[in-house]
Amino acid sequence: MASMRYRFQGGVHPLTFKSLASDRPIKKSFIPKRVTLPLSQHIGSPAQAVVSVGMNVKVGDLIGEPSGYISSAVHASIAGKITKIAYLPTYNQARVLSVVIEAGVDEDQDFRVVTAASDVNFLSKEELLKLIRDAGVVGLGGAAFPTDVKLSPPGNKKIDTVILNGAECEPYLTCDHRLMLEKTEGILKGLGIIVKILGVRRAYIAIENNKMSAIYAMERALKLYGHKFAEWTGLGRGWTPKLAVLNEKYPQGAEKQIIKAILNRIVPAGGLPMDVGCIANNVGTAYAIYESVYLRKPLIERAITITGSCVKEPVNTWVRTGTLLSDLKDVFGGFTKEPKKVIIGGPMMGLAQYSMDIPISKGAGGVVFLTKDEIDSNEEGVCIRCGRCVDACPIGLVPTTLMYRVKKEQFQDAKSLGIAYCYECGSCAYTCPAKIPLLDYLKFGKAKIQTV
Amino acid sequence: MSDSLIVSIGPHIKDKVSTKRIMWAVTLSLLPAGLAGIFIFGMNSLFVIITSIATAVITEALTLAVRKKDMGAVWDGSAVLTGLLLAYNLPPQSPLWLPMAGSFFAIAIGKQAFGGLGHNIFNPALAGRAFLMISWPLYMTTWQLPRWRADAVAGATPLALYKEGEAFVMKSSSYCDLLIGNRGGCIGEVCVIALLAGAAYLLIKKYISWHIPVTFIATVALMSWIFNGRAGLFTGDALFFTLAGGLILGAFFMATDYVTSPLSSRGKLIFGTLCGVLTFLIRKFAGYPEGVSYAILIMNAATPIIDRYTFPKWFGWRRE
Ligand code: SF4
Ligand code: SF4
Repeated sequence: MASMRYRFQGGVHPLTFKSLASDRPIKKSFIPKRVTLPLSQHIGSPAQAVVSVGMNVKVGDLIGEPSGYISSAVHASIAGKITKIAYLPTYNQARVLSVVIEAGVDEDQDFRVVTAASDVNFLSKEELLKLIRDAGVVGLGGAAFPTDVKLSPPGNKKIDTVILNGAECEPYLTCDHRLMLEKTEGILKGLGIIVKILGVRRAYIAIENNKMSAIYAMERALKLYGHKFAEWTGLGRGWTPKLAVLNEKYPQGAEKQIIKAILNRIVPAGGLPMDVGCIANNVGTAYAIYESVYLRKPLIERAITITGSCVKEPVNTWVRTGTLLSDLKDVFGGFTKEPKKVIIGGPMMGLAQYSMDIPISKGAGGVVFLTKDEIDSNEEGVCIRCGRCVDACPIGLVPTTLMYRVKKEQFQDAKSLGIAYCYECGSCAYTCPAKIPLLDYLKFGKAKIQTV
Repeated sequence: MSDSLIVSIGPHIKDKVSTKRIMWAVTLSLLPAGLAGIFIFGMNSLFVIITSIATAVITEALTLAVRKKDMGAVWDGSAVLTGLLLAYNLPPQSPLWLPMAGSFFAIAIGKQAFGGLGHNIFNPALAGRAFLMISWPLYMTTWQLPRWRADAVAGATPLALYKEGEAFVMKSSSYCDLLIGNRGGCIGEVCVIALLAGAAYLLIKKYISWHIPVTFIATVALMSWIFNGRAGLFTGDALFFTLAGGLILGAFFMATDYVTSPLSSRGKLIFGTLCGVLTFLIRKFAGYPEGVSYAILIMNAATPIIDRYTFPKWFGWRRE
């Protein structure tokens, strides 16, 4: 399990605070009285509503169908009556057309598995992709890109390697860690499906070395189920994925960084992983793929971490998509101190929220609450040219120079210095001793070069 | 609760390391060398250090007030550090007006006239020192030997002795003496052991990187070994030239000054190497036996150019 050879440039080492929740088993979904389901919980065109106000729906019913190639289906996550279809706030876009379902009394809120899974190993690649698409599976690592599209690279891209991404490099978040412990078999089956669809012969399960229990669980599972991969994937006997133990470093979970670390391949600037023959999927996504194929279960719940030092009971929990954050209070027991910042996602790349009345959608990997003391309120100082941001940038940009260009409104210069390739990981701003909000400047500059 | 939530762009957590913390850490790392200097040369060294720091802080406060800037910056540690470094570059028996004049120049002209912290081109302490060298060369080149030497009142630095062709040297100053600081020289440069301890602390805490000091020192050592021997090429005493002057102080604590050195690692390698080359050339061919501080000042001026040509390559960048 030598992990020394896996490397990528740049990055930072924030305190992880993962122990707040890492040994809490994922709780069963709590069933809210109502859910708000945005029709766009994914990258691509929004789903088209196929229901109308007043209709009754059961758990798992289709309420929005994909409206184009890059699009994804949306399903009812609770049973009840549709009471509203309106533009409502979401965590990452201003307002999105959303379907509100209110639960009736005494309704069956469990998802019933209807189709037996006996046929799975005989399904063709196309049938598998269709099941995944019909289930509305998207990347659960944060980007929420439709998974069936990701698994259908154009014919001219030869894919030879699949990476199952269990790095979970964002501080605080532990739901992927728990999934790898509790749903090991499902995740491996999901990986088997990915491998079968892409027809690759090489797969890595990538885990950071701060999750030793997950590493052991995967190791054990690979021994246990190793021989089964032959049927799951249609590949010959003796084929198993490899385990890659990575040294903890943020942003290791970013696709380009994990590909560099494991395969030593460099995704071209502005390119995609498939340009270097690789496709990476988050472990949560693999589990959702498993459910969509083996259980024919649409993506109506996901695992998230709700945590923070002011949270009474930090938890990992399943949540039905569309559950409002404010309705989850009973699940994490409220607060010991007043939170000042509510972040959906991790504290590095997650998004701060205006209110608790926003729904947990498919791409939300966690909720982190920070108190006043934990928010860095230091005032912006002047750049002392320490070079830390330069060393931290995984893309090799010079954030301080870009910041000055943006400040002086020299956007063309910023563009020629590569500002467009910044993927907003926040490492530069995290590490800056002068507390310059570098990412604010960079985002502003990026928006500007798109308009000029 | 919802109306009091703070919304801002990430990252929502930040490293604890701040400008202030770095400046004070560097100051702390320099303390052993200063204590050694005071122990070796006597109380006047302490007075020089205190005067220098006090002048630097007062000048910083005054210039900030005149420029109507945030006065909190007085205690960000950078002025204290400049004062300290200037004192370390002065002869131990300096009259107290010397650090006063030097510190004032360092802060008022070397730093604030350029726009303050982050904007100065030259290392302020070295700018102050250069100013004193030009204005009062005699005071800046009169040396004292350690207190316990019989001839303690007037002496010379080992490099000066060497330059004058003194039969020298390894008799009076063994390597061990050079390491512990049993020799003439500036207050803060003599005790190499103390300097290295401080440097190790900064390296371990990652407040400085190895790139500049290592290339700087290695270049000086290598060139001295090749060209600076009395018996022809490859007979120079590399260790002597590394330890005898202000190289250790300069390479670890002054050439590494963030503001005035390149941003990227590649730039730092070039910067350090060229500092080494210049130091050697000045020591060998100029009239003055020491070259470290002028070498750094010259390279400070070259930093913007180095930065421009050492822009890191983007990850995944390809020549179209
Ligand atoms: S936010 Fe952008 S510039 Fe900053 S470290 Fe990340 S990729 Fe580099
Ligand atoms: S980390 Fe901050 S202070 Fe250091 S060079 Fe970058 S912008 Fe300047």
